[in-house]
Amino acid sequence: MQVQLSHPARTIEIKGPKKAKDLFKELNLVVEAHLIIRGDELVTEDEMLYDQDQIEIRPVISGGSPRFMSHE
Amino acid sequence: MNCTKCKIRAVIDLPRHNAAFCKGCFNVYVHDQVSRAIKSEKMFKKDDRILVAVSGGKDSLALWDILLKMSYKADALYVDLGIGGYSEVSHAKVVQFAETVAAPMGAVLHVHTVEQEAGAGIKELAMLIHRPTCSTCGTIKRYQFNRVALEHKYDVMATGHNLDDEAARLLGNVLRWQEEYLDKQSPSLPASLDGFAKKVKPLFRLSERELAAYSVLNRIDYIVEECPMAKGARTLLYKEVLNRLETESPGTKQAFYCGFLDKQRKPEASPTTMAEKDQAMLHPCSVCQQPTTADVCSYCKMMARAKTHSV
Ligand SMILES: Nc1ncnc2c1ncn2[C@@H]1O[C@H](COP(=O)(O)O)[C@@H](O)[C@H]1O
Ligand code: Q46
Repeated sequence: MQVQLSHPARTIEIKGPKKAKDLFKELNLVVEAHLIIRGDELVTEDEMLYDQDQIEIRPVISGGSPRFMSHE
Repeated sequence: MNCTKCKIRAVIDLPRHNAAFCKGCFNVYVHDQVSRAIKSEKMFKKDDRILVAVSGGKDSLALWDILLKMSYKADALYVDLGIGGYSEVSHAKVVQFAETVAAPMGAVLHVHTVEQEAGAGIKELAMLIHRPTCSTCGTIKRYQFNRVALEHKYDVMATGHNLDDEAARLLGNVLRWQEEYLDKQSPSLPASLDGFAKKVKPLFRLSERELAAYSVLNRIDYIVEECPMAKGARTLLYKEVLNRLETESPGTKQAFYCGFLDKQRKPEASPTTMAEKDQAMLHPCSVCQQPTTADVCSYCKMMARAKTHSV
């Protein structure tokens, strides 16, 4: 299956079928910091992914200016 | 995995709540968390006029979407910082959301363009005045939000800061014991006498992953790329560490930040109470005379049990 990753943007090929959870392990990614999108649908970690699937692993963490919100 | 509530196929699991939800139930959950945040921190009332700071990222666009769907009166302000392609794309995403979702619900988008007023984007500006780009950027955003909020008489301004933002910031402040900043970490800062508008963070109960999921599920088109200046920021490291803890032990981030808020709300217990409490409860063990709260101390009980079970 085609797996699209970010930071830096790249696409890799992974052999299916594979559970989403195991894909995370294989790529050494933290679940809490990503979403798995198949086509344009969100899927949970126990979902089985197949060779014909288009997968995106999207990072959800962003940086940010720490003190923008205070009254200073 | 099925939805905890309605048993159809789940699209997201939330280990920290021991739950999984389908799209419909997840949206209910998100709105519910925001509603609880607004009430518990007395952020605003139904007819208050709210100014949402939108950056084009998932959190702030989701916030605008949520407030409008909860039928609050929420307009927005976007600050175009003039950071090349990043600003162009984020500006376009904000305008698209404003035109397709917000305008039909009667909401207005204000835009402030830094280049128009200052003659340069913030990177050049920061170089000219010899200050770090992000601190220049923070000053400009803070100033413009306050200006627009006061000029257009909004009752309150809201930003898209989420649980991860607040927990990471708290961790940073605690690691260095920057107590003077701890006071300012409330999700609801009242308006000040000297002309600062009231500021609130209605998303502080939702994690970054939940907000990204909300945006994907509700087809909110946001900018996934980061501001190029955010690379290597300390905040990112704190978030990474917290997310590793969260994955091993779901609920850590919430316990850390919400526990801090609870502690701040309660008046501090006097430092002697612990010792006093101990003294009131302790007396000598009836077997060995060492202090205990029971009749026989736990050591003597353990030894007694060991003897009856041996041989
Ligand atoms: N360029 C911007 N224009 C308007 N609001 C912004 C901008 N950048 C950040 N914000 C607001 O500040 C919050 C925190 O942003 P950040 O510091 O990028 O995580 C966002 O959720 C927005 O509410
Ligand atoms: S949230 Fe951030 S927008 Fe501005 S220049 Fe970019 S990183 Fe720094 S502070």
